[in-house]
Amino acid sequence: MAGLHKSEIKNPVLNWIDSRLPIITLMQKEYGAFPTPKNFNYWWNFGALAMVILGIMVVTGIFLAMNYTPHKDMAFDSVERIMRDVNFGWLLRYAHANGASMFFIVVYVHMFRGLYYGSYKAPRELLWMLGVVLLLLMMATAFMGYVLPWGQMSYWGATVITNLFSAIPLVGDSVVTWLWGGFSVDNPTLNRFFSLHYLLPFVILGMVFLHVVALHITGSNNPLGIDVKSPQDTLPFHPYYTVKDSVGICLFFVVYAIIVFFFPDLFGDPDNYIPANPLQTPADIVPEWYFLPFYAILRSIPNKLGGVTMMFGAIAVLFVLPWLDLSPVRSARFRPIYKWVFWLLPISCVVLGVVGAHKPEDPWLTIGRLATLYYFAHFLVLLPLIGKFERPLPLPESISQPVLGGGGPLPASAVTKPMEKP
Amino acid sequence: MADTMSATTHAPGHGPGQDVTKRDFLTLVTVSAAAIGVGAIAWPLIDSMNPSADVLALSSVEVDLAPIPAGQAITAVWRGKPIFVRHRTPDEIKAAEDVTLKQLIDPAPDSARVKAGHDQWLVVVGICTHLGCIPLGNKPTDPRGDFGGWFCPCHGSQYDTSGRVRHGPAPANLPVPPYAFESDTKIKIG
Repeated sequence: MAGLHKSEIKNPVLNWIDSRLPIITLMQKEYGAFPTPKNFNYWWNFGALAMVILGIMVVTGIFLAMNYTPHKDMAFDSVERIMRDVNFGWLLRYAHANGASMFFIVVYVHMFRGLYYGSYKAPRELLWMLGVVLLLLMMATAFMGYVLPWGQMSYWGATVITNLFSAIPLVGDSVVTWLWGGFSVDNPTLNRFFSLHYLLPFVILGMVFLHVVALHITGSNNPLGIDVKSPQDTLPFHPYYTVKDSVGICLFFVVYAIIVFFFPDLFGDPDNYIPANPLQTPADIVPEWYFLPFYAILRSIPNKLGGVTMMFGAIAVLFVLPWLDLSPVRSARFRPIYKWVFWLLPISCVVLGVVGAHKPEDPWLTIGRLATLYYFAHFLVLLPLIGKFERPLPLPESISQPVLGGGGPLPASAVTKPMEKP
Repeated sequence: MADTMSATTHAPGHGPGQDVTKRDFLTLVTVSAAAIGVGAIAWPLIDSMNPSADVLALSSVEVDLAPIPAGQAITAVWRGKPIFVRHRTPDEIKAAEDVTLKQLIDPAPDSARVKAGHDQWLVVVGICTHLGCIPLGNKPTDPRGDFGGWFCPCHGSQYDTSGRVRHGPAPANLPVPPYAFESDTKIKIG
């Protein structure tokens, strides 16, 4: 029959479905047989882990929304009711709140993996940029989610961050009034944040789909950073990486369970157990830990617009990363200088995080300024320079070659293989 | 020497002559563990939709019987439902007790539907067991049907002075909620 997909499925019912909507064939191709580099290490688990956490967040969020009331007079109490009266409500709430922290830990590791192994380089530039969009969506979602319990930190964090937009010249104040739906963070703000907080995760879901499609067009990178040369360099995704990812997921669940069941308020701010009071600012307004580095960058700059610009700039610089790094070699394994310089970036991010948790006074203010300087210098100065002047190590011929051998040591007259064209 | 195994066990997917392998065992254990895991995750989600502690706490209500003279009835509210509390006259009690079980669509003796020593009080859920309308009959001016109890205007079901269905299409008697006498003039429902 014209128009039907020619399905290979044996089972007649599944064949009927698959020939009209080939999702089974699709799943078999993209997650079953998909040729995946065979030399993945555990740093490659974190993308799949992020997808699992997204699922956990959506499911716990939907069940929480059955009991949450997005009105300023009832929001705080509705969360307390969830904690005390709803069956397993305490578990839903703690799983959701701590799931957000786990989501950011996993995604930050996932990003650092990309930075170390050059996964952002051609032909994966768009894949990387989609990832940065995903990070932005996550940050917006998390920010709005934190406002919903309507505690002191919810309210004042919302006030500080929405006020940032007043830095925009000319239209800043109108933008802030528009965001608030009023003249301060108030009920209209809470209500619309609830709507958007429910919406954005599904936007994220759509973006993740695009992110995976882009990945499947180019194929995955690998720890050696070299292209797959033949099917011999690959393994089918199932069962090799479904099982390896399952191991990672189990380990993740152990850590997650320890936090949710034994240290559920570890990442939280005690001030958020105080109902929001618009007439009393807490002594220290601090965002959740995953925003601390950006908060530190914001407060390093003494100028309001400058601080806002630099904070958004910290993400903007990630967007253009594929064009900042001039090295023709992807993986840090073969980049003797970058291999060490790389680590200064996560270190500076941690320093910025610690700075963000403190009041913007010395010595933290100075440390924060230096770390901010390093952060931008790493991307804008070091990456281009190191990329240009570094002498990379010779790359192996293929992924299989170091394992399957290929004739012993090279003769002295042999020339190292030319660099792979990106 | 007797055979300890008369036939080798064949696992699904294996042909004759191929034994159950370690792989089959591992697959079974893994799938079972995963199924238990899925159940452990699914149960809290599903149970969170069951009535919460505060809903369950609101599930008892006290009714003062003192203002209800014989022959009158009131409607109380319990768990969001109307509850008919009728102070039966001796004639009504006798009419209820005289009915033989064979005459009933949903047989139940009157004694099983009231509390011993308090048979002048009938407490039933005021929702027709057909499709859920509230039957008429609490007010003396209401139609009470042919059996002196209640009449449902939606489809014509009729109940007697013990709240039992005597004329359909309702299939069952008006249910008696759990209640107890705290004193002669006060009951607690639920």
